[in-house]
Amino acid sequence: MNLLDPQGPVAAANSTILVDSVFIMLAIVVPTIIAILGFAFWFRASNPRAHFQPDFVYSGRVEMVVWAIPALTVILLGGVAWIGSHQLDPAAPVPGTGSPVRIQAVSLDWKWLFIYPDQRIATVNTLTVPAGAELNFQLTSSSVMNTFFIPQLGSMIYTMNGMVTKLNLRADSEGKLQGLSAHFSGDGFPDMMFDVDVISPLAFPDWVAATAKSDAVLNEESYKKLMQQGIEKGRPTYRLDDPRLFDLIASQHIPPGPGPELISDAGRPHSGGHDAR
Amino acid sequence: MLGKLDWSAIPFDQPIPLIAGAVVLFGILAVLIWVVVKGHLPYLWHEWITSVDHKRIGVMYILLASVMLLRGGSDAIMMRIQQAVAYQSQGYLPPEHYNQIFSAHGTIMIFFVAMPFVIGLMNLIVPLQLGVRDVAFPTLNSVGFWLTATGALLVNLSLVIGEFARTGWLAFPPLSELSYSPGVGVDYYAWSLQISGVGTLVAGINLVTTVLKLRTKGMNYLRMPMFCWTTLASNLLIVAAFPILTATLAMLLLDRYLGFHFFTNEAGGNVMMFMNLIWAWGHPEVYILVLPAFGIFSEVVSTFSGKALFGYRSMVLATMAICIISFMVWLHHFFTMGAGPDVNAIFGIASMIIAIPTGVKIYNWLFTMYGGRIRFETPMLWSIGFMVTFIIGGLTGVLVAVPPADFMLHNSMFLVAHFHNVIIGGVLFGAFAGFEYWFPKAFGFRLDDRWGKLAFWFTFLGFYVTFVPLYVAGMLGMTRRMQHYDVAAWRPWMFVAAAGMAVLTIGVICQIVQIVVSIRNRDALRDRTGDLWDGRSLEWATSSPPPVFNFAFNPDVRGEDAYWDIKSRAQQQSLEHEVPEYHDIEMPRNSPTGFVCAFFATIMGFALIWHIWWMVILGGIGAFATFVVFAWRDHDEYVIPADEVAAIDRVNIEERRSLVSMAGTV
Repeated sequence: MNLLDPQGPVAAANSTILVDSVFIMLAIVVPTIIAILGFAFWFRASNPRAHFQPDFVYSGRVEMVVWAIPALTVILLGGVAWIGSHQLDPAAPVPGTGSPVRIQAVSLDWKWLFIYPDQRIATVNTLTVPAGAELNFQLTSSSVMNTFFIPQLGSMIYTMNGMVTKLNLRADSEGKLQGLSAHFSGDGFPDMMFDVDVISPLAFPDWVAATAKSDAVLNEESYKKLMQQGIEKGRPTYRLDDPRLFDLIASQHIPPGPGPELISDAGRPHSGGHDAR
Repeated sequence: MLGKLDWSAIPFDQPIPLIAGAVVLFGILAVLIWVVVKGHLPYLWHEWITSVDHKRIGVMYILLASVMLLRGGSDAIMMRIQQAVAYQSQGYLPPEHYNQIFSAHGTIMIFFVAMPFVIGLMNLIVPLQLGVRDVAFPTLNSVGFWLTATGALLVNLSLVIGEFARTGWLAFPPLSELSYSPGVGVDYYAWSLQISGVGTLVAGINLVTTVLKLRTKGMNYLRMPMFCWTTLASNLLIVAAFPILTATLAMLLLDRYLGFHFFTNEAGGNVMMFMNLIWAWGHPEVYILVLPAFGIFSEVVSTFSGKALFGYRSMVLATMAICIISFMVWLHHFFTMGAGPDVNAIFGIASMIIAIPTGVKIYNWLFTMYGGRIRFETPMLWSIGFMVTFIIGGLTGVLVAVPPADFMLHNSMFLVAHFHNVIIGGVLFGAFAGFEYWFPKAFGFRLDDRWGKLAFWFTFLGFYVTFVPLYVAGMLGMTRRMQHYDVAAWRPWMFVAAAGMAVLTIGVICQIVQIVVSIRNRDALRDRTGDLWDGRSLEWATSSPPPVFNFAFNPDVRGEDAYWDIKSRAQQQSLEHEVPEYHDIEMPRNSPTGFVCAFFATIMGFALIWHIWWMVILGGIGAFATFVVFAWRDHDEYVIPADEVAAIDRVNIEERRSLVSMAGTV
């Protein structure tokens, strides 16, 4: 999950900006730290060779330089931020080979549901994508906020109930990656890590066909069962009954997921916690 | 009768909080019994609890912060151990407990350690630096302190009665709404902050008024010490920002108690509004904490370099620029919400702009050292440690202000490392520098040098060993608040961080030992001059500890670095005249208003948390009645007769005479 080992163009651009910004700032920061330590050492009271200048308390030239150095750095970095924000806007297209794959991600308590509306399939806690194709994500949440993040593909984004966020990514090489939720969402939060299988574009239709044969069907009823609080250790796959399921969730036609059930009137509900173990 | 409260609220099944609670309770009881048996209770009541003396209140704030630092630190140790052992296992803390710990850690460290520490130092020092006898509203000051203490008490009560929030320190909805957090945890969180928030707000109003309205003769704005300027800026931010927090939490409480829908998923509630509001307070809050620390470093660096602060006016400008810009950057806390490139870029750049005045400050401290005669006393070590550490924190801060970089680093351990880098390296180092620097002023004896320096080196080193691994873990994709994880690459870094925590703990132990050793050797460490460090501002112009009236005569200020000026010209007013004419001094009377009001506020807060409505009414009426009684008072001042002032001041002058004539030769 190394951020400096990107597996797609978005992550590569993100990490380039990250590294460049660090180096731009290091060019200022390193000399400053050296100067702090150097001045502190040289002007120690016990050093007879240091020249004591108690009246050196103002210098227009020095003032100009000390305002200019951080200002120039920020102008440079501000440019990086402005251009980077626009080029790497999560919703900006990421052209790829072949037809884009639409994926609708829903964060549940506490698992990820990935719906492939065009392929009429859905998976839980595993995301299978073809290498090289543009991945168009639409994201929402069944209950509380989460953040969808595949570190080696770049750009994370929030999922929020009743709202849809957009994110476009691309995975360039086949292999296994990991994704996670990067926004604390309750007791089962650490179990919201998911697998990302990047497979060859040729194998993708086969995978779709195999998944479509799944016995389990995802529709409103089974979704409502799935959204109950709990941890999913397996990697279930579904045949998608209604391709509009995501819209029903995002538009709150399916009401938000329930929280923990209260078993006593005291302030200490137990159900949620036990699920998480 | 007791609302939601019953025996199931006591966590009999969880040994850790129960034992911790029992130990603390036992400790409190032991101290109380000792106080009563030894007959110290009247002393405590008259000299401390009901005191409206800004110095005493300042000391109590710092004491509260120190105790809470131990609590928040224990949480940190537990978290670091959990993350070190919870690889492919549940560790030793179940999620519902771990989640409370990190929520409590953040809440306590910000609201009940950092805030009271800096407010305590401002209370203690600012009136002295301004050359005045007290703050603008002495009784209100006491109310502010005791309400803060109420908040701290409620948070700690949650350890043994009920639970604390499991939502993180900002309690984002919808997770913090009733449907997803049905317990009392979020209520403990919100009511503690509401009550202590009132305390903070009155402290802010009080200090702003003090700086604006109560300055001694000749102390115009551009002659104020830097610490007074940063106090002004910080408290202006408190006055502007804390009402936002109060309103936001009030809306959350309306959702939870009365079924409103400000931030719920249903009925048009909007979680994004909460994010905006809480950070509209939350980002200025960062500067509320760090600006006073900047002020402390300005005082310390200048004193120990034997020079006036370099670029004083530039520093003032930088301080006020930070004060204003800090209100325009809140959105950088959620670049990943999908706001769009223009919004993200504008807030990213605004956030970077804050780095300009901050950078200027660093350079001005640097040039204050240039040409100085630097004495490496403990406060100076903290300051140099700060400058180096804070620059690195600033670098990573500007990095996460670049939206595309933040898309990778948001909420990660990298971010955790960043804000600890600025809050430990900035605020905590500043608080410790101020503590070491002004302790002799407050108590009349200096702190042991050797233990102080050991504490610095262990803390400094421990900080890096703890948080550099978190930077690395963040670069390896690790997000924050993980109760357990299965990624092998993160594990070694969690081990190193846990080891660093051990080093940090040694630093804290050294600090405690330092205080104990210094108190035992206080006669040897006594400072009779009142000006231990060869200081430059007016707090050093009076004895240590200062008399209750601070100054027998209001000092006459003729330039920056008022006391240095007086010393250089060796013409302190009271020295010129052999027999100065003393006058009666009027001082505010002690008042139990703050303590009694906070007592009722505690009852009310506890009752609100547990839905015990009759008790809410009782507490509310009690707190209100306290104020009415206070408002009806006839006498709020007492007179210290001129003879007594003279007696106190003459001793002071005798002891200081030699020093002043000596400084005149510099």
